[in-house]
Amino acid sequence: MIRVNDVNLSRGGVEILRQVSLEIPKGGIVAIVGPNGAGKSSLLHVIAGLVQPDSGQVTIDGQDLHQLGEQARARVLAFLTQNQGAVPRLTVRDLVAFGRWPHHRGRLKAEDHAAIADALSRFDLETLAQRDIETLSGGQKQRAFVAMCYAQTTPWMLLDEPLAALDPKYTRDIMERLQGLEDRTVLLVLHDLSIAANYADWVVAVKDGCVHSVGPCQDMITSERLTDLYDVPLELAEVNGKSAVIWR
Amino acid sequence: MAERRLFILGALLVVASGMFLFWNLRGPTWFILNLRAEKLVTLVVVGASAGAATVVFQTIATNRLLTPGVVGFDALFVFVQTMLVLILGSSAFLDLPAMAKFGVETALLTLFAVGLFGILFRKGAGDIIRMILTGVIIGTLLRALAGFAQRLLDPSEFAVLQQATIASFNVIDDELIGIVSISLFVAFGLCLGIARKLDVVAFGRDKARTLGLGYDRFILIALSIVSLMVAVSTALVGPVVFLGLIAASLAHAWLKDHRHLVLIPGAALIGAVILVVGQTTFERVFAFQSSLAIVVEFVGGLLFLILVLRRPS
Repeated sequence: MIRVNDVNLSRGGVEILRQVSLEIPKGGIVAIVGPNGAGKSSLLHVIAGLVQPDSGQVTIDGQDLHQLGEQARARVLAFLTQNQGAVPRLTVRDLVAFGRWPHHRGRLKAEDHAAIADALSRFDLETLAQRDIETLSGGQKQRAFVAMCYAQTTPWMLLDEPLAALDPKYTRDIMERLQGLEDRTVLLVLHDLSIAANYADWVVAVKDGCVHSVGPCQDMITSERLTDLYDVPLELAEVNGKSAVIWR
Repeated sequence: MAERRLFILGALLVVASGMFLFWNLRGPTWFILNLRAEKLVTLVVVGASAGAATVVFQTIATNRLLTPGVVGFDALFVFVQTMLVLILGSSAFLDLPAMAKFGVETALLTLFAVGLFGILFRKGAGDIIRMILTGVIIGTLLRALAGFAQRLLDPSEFAVLQQATIASFNVIDDELIGIVSISLFVAFGLCLGIARKLDVVAFGRDKARTLGLGYDRFILIALSIVSLMVAVSTALVGPVVFLGLIAASLAHAWLKDHRHLVLIPGAALIGAVILVVGQTTFERVFAFQSSLAIVVEFVGGLLFLILVLRRPS
């Protein structure tokens, strides 16, 4: 379980997170939703240990995050940032192999090769393994970066807007692959509420730097809660057995 | 493929070194060979350290345009030389024991460089425009201070200073070659030692940290190695701002590999080949009618301009 306890964060005199406390259970997909500027990405960065909060504490499976060294943290949490650093001349396999870096530190062992092969297979990247990452489409590239996180074999995968700029085909593809990961907890920032409604098991709603509400998806993605969260009338509809969030 | 190309570069350096040593060898053979061997060692270590240091620097900056020179290192060298001439006077400056002068210059340059790079990288290397501008402003400030101090010098002191601030591969103090070679060899070994971590640094600060790299401490170590390499070679021959840029750009373009275990030796070999071939050409073909450093700066400056103009907005 991830436990965020009374976290405050400000930058340049602006409060970004205020007295944030929440618990995220292990297992499934956890969506962080909320309006633009609510503090979703900042919350994810604090949980990832990339940003030191002004006060408060984050524990992961009972361990204080900031007491863990960088390497120990990298074996618990994998994090996909919004803007991926483009390293030229990198093949898809090389990229996925970097996910193993916290384990091999530059010298790959047999178990690393096995984990890389598993990640390539699970994200259907075997045929693209030798392709230069720069020659892939946006969707394929994002899938490769998610596979890199997966190869890190951490119990927690944190993904900051992994679906940004992806078309519906790649969006569905990535979400279905994430849904199939039984042994991981995927914590991701989402803007598409219909995606959250269909794939998330647990939802964290953030508004104005505070936690608005937290709970199982069916309790959270309701017309009333979403309308209150976004200050715009929203409605949950059923279309062909799938949930869709639409404006009223 | 990259390893084979690395081997080709190594072979090219051996051939170039052979030509430098034995082409047009007349007169007292051993005496001339000894002189040429000393110069060859200087050319190889200076070229290699410029190439290797620039690859490391560019990876830290996550930018292929930057070199230690572009962000003000040459201005720092001129400033230090000017201050030494101003404070000591030209005759005391010239009379300084070579080893002591080299030691002081290297120490000052390393210290300044670590400080300068520390300022530039303090808020991360993400904002490249801020980095270049800060480097240019610091460089301009140092040049202005050096310019002001130069006005206080008399013409003979100024002539001595001018001689000391232009890179030259022709007159190298043989007393220094041993210590310089050992220092740069050790620094080069350290570069190779951190090569695997540099592969991760290439992803940027956040990704490197989430992959378990103690980023800030590592960057300080890497910058110290870069500073030492640039300081040692600059103190030996003077500032060659764009040599590293040429070597690093060619290494990336020709080796087509992301691994620093390949890129660092590749850029080092290219830097050494450029200087050895260039010096051979100037000495044997043009009979010292021009300066290699000036041509390297001219070609490197043009390359820098092309890279800036071709950079996607």
